[in-house]
This record gives sequence, C-alpha cells and structure tokens, in this order.
Amino acid sequence: MRRPFTAMRLGVLIAAAGLVGCAQQPKPLYHWEAYQRQVYEHLKGGSSGPEEQIRVLLAQAEKARSLGSALPPGFRAHLGMLYVQTGRIDEGRQHFEAEKSAFPESTDYMNFLLAKMNGPSTSASAR
Amino acid sequence: MLRLAASTSLAAMLGACATPTPYDYTAFKQNRPVSMLVLPPVNDSPDVKASRAVLAQSTLPLAEAGYYVLPVTLVDETFRQNGLTEAAEIQQVSAAKLREIFGADAAVYIRVKKYGTTYMVIASETVVSVEGRIVDLRTGQLLWQGSAQASSAENDGGNQAGLVGLLVKALVTQIVGTATDAGFTYAAVANQRLLGAPMRNGVLYGPRSPHYLKD
Repeated sequence: MRRPFTAMRLGVLIAAAGLVGCAQQPKPLYHWEAYQRQVYEHLKGGSSGPEEQIRVLLAQAEKARSLGSALPPGFRAHLGMLYVQTGRIDEGRQHFEAEKSAFPESTDYMNFLLAKMNGPSTSASAR
Repeated sequence: MLRLAASTSLAAMLGACATPTPYDYTAFKQNRPVSMLVLPPVNDSPDVKASRAVLAQSTLPLAEAGYYVLPVTLVDETFRQNGLTEAAEIQQVSAAKLREIFGADAAVYIRVKKYGTTYMVIASETVVSVEGRIVDLRTGQLLWQGSAQASSAENDGGNQAGLVGLLVKALVTQIVGTATDAGFTYAAVANQRLLGAPMRNGVLYGPRSPHYLKD
C-alpha cells in the first residue's frame, strides 16, 4: 500500500522539478488537478454526464485529502450541483453546506441556493 | 491634473528601475474585496467555445491570488434560470442586483478579443487574448482593469515567472498531454497573466494569500 503511493509522489516531484527547473518550487494554495477541465466539460455539455463528472471529482477530493491539500473555492458547490442534477438532493444540500463551512465568503450565495431548493414557499417568506 | 502629473513624476523617480507606469491602486486598496464573481465573458472571437473556456479557466488565477471565487458553473446556472443566457446581457445586470443574489464583493467582467488556432502551411498558432475589469459591487467603483494575451508562438523563456505562473505551466503541460483543445490550454495562460498575482500592473493579492497586504 505504501509503495505505489511513494512512487507516485516521487513521480510528481520529478515532473514538478522538470517543469520548474532551477526556480523555486511553487506551493499552490489549492489542489486543482482536473477541476477546471471538469468545469469546462460541464459548461460545454461535453460527452461525460454528471455521474461521470461526480466520479472524477470524488477521486480528486480523495487524493487532495490524502495529500493534506485544500480543495479549491467552488469545488464543493459544483459537486453539490451535480448531485442535484442527478436527483440526489440531500447530497447536493450537504455539499452546499460544506462549501459554506470551507469558505464563509460563499454564505449568501449558498443560502440563496439552499432556499431555492426548499421550494418557492420558503423564498416567498424570505421576501 | 497637476496632482496626477506630480504623483506620476514622483513615482517615476522612486521606481526608476522598476515598473515604467505604476498602476493607480487607490480604489482597489480602499475597497479590498474578499470574494469575486466572475461573469460569463463576452466573446468577440468567432469561436463559440471561447466564452466557456475562458470562464472555466478563471477561478484558478484569482483563487491562487487569495480571493474566494464564486462557483462559475452555479453562477452560470443561476443566470440561466433567470432567463439570462447571453454574456452581454448578463454583464449589464446592475451591481446592486449582483450583490443581492451572489453576495460577492466584486464582479469580474471579461471580454475575449481573440480565441483559437490559425492553421498555416508550415506552423499553426493558437492565440487567446482577453480584457478584464473588476468592479466593486458595494461601491460600484472600478477597482482594476487590464488585458493579456497568450500565444503558442511565444518562446518559453521565463516570462511566466512567479509561483502561480509555474503552477499554470505545469497544468498547461498536463492538459496538452491529454487533450487537443489548444484554445482552452492557452486560455489558462492568458487568464493567469490577466488575473493572477503577482503581475506587473495586475490584480493585488487577496486575503487568503500569504502575500496579502504585502504588495
């Protein structure tokens, strides 16, 4: 179990060293991987459906967790939206809440989305 | 006018061997946004993929600069559900309305000037050219504006310095290995130059960056 992980990490390091050359090793704030490519796929309605996109993003989230890296802003909310699109409303809601916890800056917008999910009566009473 | 001239010459003296034209960050520093709402980009290029590609590549540079960036797919969906599908229309929505719905401190207005690959006999060239404005949604003030371009014809000669620049380069290399959508790839570079930090006359670092308030 240890060996493939170490080998993979070594591979990443070598790749990074090759790209960076003699410059300083960048330490990004977030674990991006294929997130923006997934966003693009979604925006252009690419060949992969929401189920496949969820699978890719969950794998990325797992990898970020194992590396101790933070997920980018919007990642959890985007995942939540994919869950909603596949009819898994509760999982969608949980991910909107997770976005809010990770990034309190998203609170207003996440609350707006959550209120809409609770139906028109809630948003009417909010007025 | 006189004051502007005076401050310009003073800055020129102070920054003799640094940047030639210092950007006026007064409004940016007064407002200090925390969160950014990237609106769907207006597309002047003939390629219909341009707006979505540039939008998809807009989160990384701003987030790595230290800002919270609202999830672009959900934002796009919210506009759609409100009958707004055209970027030009969306970019006309009032600051007050955007603030009310999204709660963001600032909005990012992007225009794609060029996007795509020109195929020639010997070589082909991919160019992505973008312009951007950041407007504070609380005060309506223009905080920053600029433009940037990326082209496959450039020499890869260290003009992408900076931590995030290197990160983007790594991502670009990764993407090139897996896909053939060259415009999408160069949109990452153009956006990094437009919205990333640190860039000459570029966007200032945001609160989630360790460099915040140090630029």
